[in-house]
Amino acid sequence: MRFWFRRVNWPRNKGPTMPGFLKEFFNRNGIGMGAAILGLVLFWTIGLIILPQLSMLDFSFRPNLPPPEIGGPKDVYTLENYKYLIYGPEGGSQSYNAVDLRVFFRTLLAAVCVTVFNLILCYPIAYYLGQSKGNHIRIFAIMLIIPYWINEILRAFALRIIFGETGVLNTLFVGLGIWDTPFDFIRNDIALYAGLGYAYILLMIFPMYNVIESLDKNQIEAARDLGAPWWRIHWRVVIPYAKPGISSGCTMVFMLSAGALAAPQILGGPSSLWFTQLIYQQFNDNNDWPQGAAYAIVLLVTCILFVLAMMRLFKVNMGDIGK
Amino acid sequence: MSELNLTDVAKTYGNVDVLKNINLDIERGELIVFVGPSGCGKSTLLRMIAGLEKITGGTLEIEGQVMNDVPPAQRGIAMVFQSYALYPHMTVRENMAFALKIAKMPSDEVDAAVDRAARILQLEPFLDRLPKALSGGQRQRVAIGRAIVRDPKVYLFDEPLSNLDAALRVATRIEIARLKEAMPDSTMVYVTHDQVEAMTLATRIVVLANKGIAQVGTPLELYETPDNEFVAQFIGSPAMNLLPGVITQTGERTVVKLDGGGTAVTSIPTDAADERKQVNIGVRPEDFHPVESNPIMEGIVDFTEALGEVTLLYFAAKDGEDATIAKLPGVQKNMRGQTVAVSADPGKVHLFHQGLSMRK
Ligand SMILES: Nc1ncnc2c1ncn2[C@@H]1O[C@H](COP(=O)(O)OP(=O)(O)OP(=O)(O)O)[C@@H](O)[C@H]1O
Ligand SMILES: [Mg+2]
Repeated sequence: MRFWFRRVNWPRNKGPTMPGFLKEFFNRNGIGMGAAILGLVLFWTIGLIILPQLSMLDFSFRPNLPPPEIGGPKDVYTLENYKYLIYGPEGGSQSYNAVDLRVFFRTLLAAVCVTVFNLILCYPIAYYLGQSKGNHIRIFAIMLIIPYWINEILRAFALRIIFGETGVLNTLFVGLGIWDTPFDFIRNDIALYAGLGYAYILLMIFPMYNVIESLDKNQIEAARDLGAPWWRIHWRVVIPYAKPGISSGCTMVFMLSAGALAAPQILGGPSSLWFTQLIYQQFNDNNDWPQGAAYAIVLLVTCILFVLAMMRLFKVNMGDIGK
Repeated sequence: MSELNLTDVAKTYGNVDVLKNINLDIERGELIVFVGPSGCGKSTLLRMIAGLEKITGGTLEIEGQVMNDVPPAQRGIAMVFQSYALYPHMTVRENMAFALKIAKMPSDEVDAAVDRAARILQLEPFLDRLPKALSGGQRQRVAIGRAIVRDPKVYLFDEPLSNLDAALRVATRIEIARLKEAMPDSTMVYVTHDQVEAMTLATRIVVLANKGIAQVGTPLELYETPDNEFVAQFIGSPAMNLLPGVITQTGERTVVKLDGGGTAVTSIPTDAADERKQVNIGVRPEDFHPVESNPIMEGIVDFTEALGEVTLLYFAAKDGEDATIAKLPGVQKNMRGQTVAVSADPGKVHLFHQGLSMRK
């Protein structure tokens, strides 16, 4: 994901000669090895990342045609697929594609909620890990990491065991007499939020932990000495310092939640579709690749624009995110 | 009036004693310097006064009020940290105003206080800069400014100059001395590793060692009449030479026959009961002078250090013995390999028995 953000400093005014960094690169690795490494890197970035994405972009502007007509006279660029998301099928009963648009905005909103929820949950953990010393920190970190050895599907289904109608929580609360009837965590999307939140905890904790760990303890002590209460120490000292970590954690969690598929599939209520599920349906069930590509690209571009807007709002630089 | 009063103050981490039986009275307007070897608890003691570290025994009073459990901001103290601890996202002005804003001071008073401190510290041109756009010395001044604006009763400094280079350190040291003169009523407690800082700034020095206070006194008292061998060797550079011997004659003046063969006379009086006691005499390198006869110590120079104004001679009576050091004025050429015989005035010869000074 990060490759979008990496700033490329192309050397300027070098004329037709080989740029300095390339020369140095070849000097260090030798021509043969250097060419091999360069070739692999180019193959990776261009062949495996850029070209497929570009062809998706190309797809999204074409009509969905049966194979014999591809390349034929009907295969022209069109905005139909994008219009479809907004206006729905031509001659449809509604003037807007209310269903898909609602799913789209609900997905974005839910991803924001998951991000905020995760931030609130993870900040204290990251602060604790970053500011205390000793071996227990390592054990704590291992305990956070090991659950990620278990694959995504298994983790999601495990949450169903906890949140299901006859699941652990309902059995417990009904048994204790706190609730009369089982609470439907799944239909109310609580299981989904928990699953998404849980899936990205590490991505939120580690960037924040990294930054907070480097915070000079004296800054906190100085704030205490200067009379700041604990919440103010966080608000005025720790959070501003941790901003790069917070923004990079939030960006990742937001992007990945908005683009998640397995968790919504398994933990989402029957009535609640995630936008990725719509995309999946277009590709898979409707076999309409151009439509799927258009949806996916709308999601991608919206997410990027949203993140950029948030970064501007909170005065975060691109460079900070890479920290 | 006693500004700061420590009675039997102690600090333990778990079951490890770091400090115990600290008794200290600090008068208003004093500049007290804590010195001692690394890890002896100087910072810990300072932080206990600041309220950043819990006091596990004894009482701390500031202006007669027990402060053991009072939070840092309400103790009337202000601390300056070694790492400056400035907030990188705040301008110099915001850094200096931080405490006042928290205390909800009206903003015109805040501005006035910050401007006054900035004028004293010559920080006016930098008020709108971020700390990263300042030099080390300027950052240090901002950190001091952040303390000054609060007008505290007691300033606490933990090695404030140790991150500066040598030249800047001297300049800032002089500034701190000036600052102290400009604020005769404020009390300062200052931790340092640097002897020169301690000797030049302190009204009194507290030497910490072995979990307690080894001696408290003015710089010259510590230099001229150290209570024990530890302080004798800790204050002054190079350290005082200690030479073992036996008292052979007591009275107004005491004569010590040294194990190395020499004889030392000291003006410290002793009783007849002290005769034949095993003692160490102490002589500072700068108090040695060459003599023709009756030396305290004689040996072969195996190393010299020429510092220009003085020359240090490292010599030993026998190979493999700890070197004795003499500091002779001026440039002494071609001393290496030569035999030197040195002595010292009786008034400059210290006398220690079982580590403690025999001076009454
Ligand atoms: N949190 C802690 N837990 C256990 N021991 C500690 C803790 N903090 C400090 N100590 C111990 O207390 C002793 C005093 O530490 P302190 O930092 O006060 O020394 P110092 O005199 O300031 O040393 P320096 O000159 O190196 O700054 C040290 O031996 C240190 O190991
Ligand atoms: Mg210290």
